[in-house]
Amino acid sequence: MAKKRQSFWQPLIVLVGIAVVSAFMLAYVEQITEVPIKKAKDAQELAAIAEVVNAFDNNPFAEKMIITTANRKHKLTMYPARKDGVLNSVAIKAYTNTGFGGRIELMAGFNVDGSIRNFKITSSNETPGLGSKVDEPKFKEQFHGFYPERQILKVRQDGGDVDAVTAATISSRAVLKALDRAYDAFRTFKSGDSHE
Amino acid sequence: MNKTSLENLTRGLFKENPTFVMLLGMCPTLGVSTSAANGLGMGLATAFVLLLSNMGISLVKNIIPDIIRIPSFIVIIASFVTVIEMLMQAYLPQLYAALGIYIPLIVVNCIILGRAEAFASKNNIWQSFLDALGMGLGFTMALTILGSIREILGNGSLFGRSFISEDTPTMLLFIMPPGAFLALAGIIIVVNKLRGVK
Repeated sequence: MAKKRQSFWQPLIVLVGIAVVSAFMLAYVEQITEVPIKKAKDAQELAAIAEVVNAFDNNPFAEKMIITTANRKHKLTMYPARKDGVLNSVAIKAYTNTGFGGRIELMAGFNVDGSIRNFKITSSNETPGLGSKVDEPKFKEQFHGFYPERQILKVRQDGGDVDAVTAATISSRAVLKALDRAYDAFRTFKSGDSHE
Repeated sequence: MNKTSLENLTRGLFKENPTFVMLLGMCPTLGVSTSAANGLGMGLATAFVLLLSNMGISLVKNIIPDIIRIPSFIVIIASFVTVIEMLMQAYLPQLYAALGIYIPLIVVNCIILGRAEAFASKNNIWQSFLDALGMGLGFTMALTILGSIREILGNGSLFGRSFISEDTPTMLLFIMPPGAFLALAGIIIVVNKLRGVK
């Protein structure tokens, strides 16, 4: 049969040809989507920042700084929000790997007086309908005006002042851990700020 | 449209529905159908890849030697999936965030390779297009139905619109992985009854 005695080279050339065409197609699409992807990511980040800080008229992106927490373990990014040149709140991007579904990333907003203003989960794999409720108003409302200085940033079961989401204590604890980390960075920032 | 074309189009919707009848592509089916919107998004993304890959493979089927059929198909499918992933990341970031890991997994979705192997490599581009359209819509429909049922039972909402008060207990089980199996089994019982399977 003629078909059985195919040459060695023909399949090789065809496969390489397909790979080369695919590579060119991918390179082209990558080129045209590179800028929109970056824009979309920045827009998401800015939307998260805007949700957790007070009204601002500066560009928090341009003024972002890296802060090392007090115990020197973590480096977090902080975005200052200013209105008429006066700092009124900051957003700090924090994370924890202790969520029920692994890593949780959030944007925490602090008022300059040291109270939490709000936070927003930016990425998580928590169980939908259970752990995912840590990003819902019912849980988040108790943090508006929460002073980590005077109150204890732990769930009630652990002797703290926060009501965990029902049936999602692990997710709630993880969020508190990330918030605590963010607050650590905030304190470092504040103590550095006063030296200026 | 003649009879064969119509049959190729509607086959995927009912008689050989990839999810409810053929039970293909179970990983994304069970994994992302936690809400109606996720199911719809995943279904449409898969349908889009299926359309491109079926037409692409039908177009080049004559120059591909038999022995490198599968690797060639996979390279073509993977390229299309990567293209979709980049486009989605750029223009539909919300949907991209929701579907996450399941987008690259479209590459190994057996519906796509299955249709390439069973249909597109033997038929012309127009018939392959109809086949992909039918199968893609069938898959989308199945995922949306499954997602709707799980969202209604597990979260008391549909397409993100809640119709119960926040404190009403819901059957959370249906949003979690075991609920996916239960809901799918329930649907298949109904489908088999309708098809008259004993």
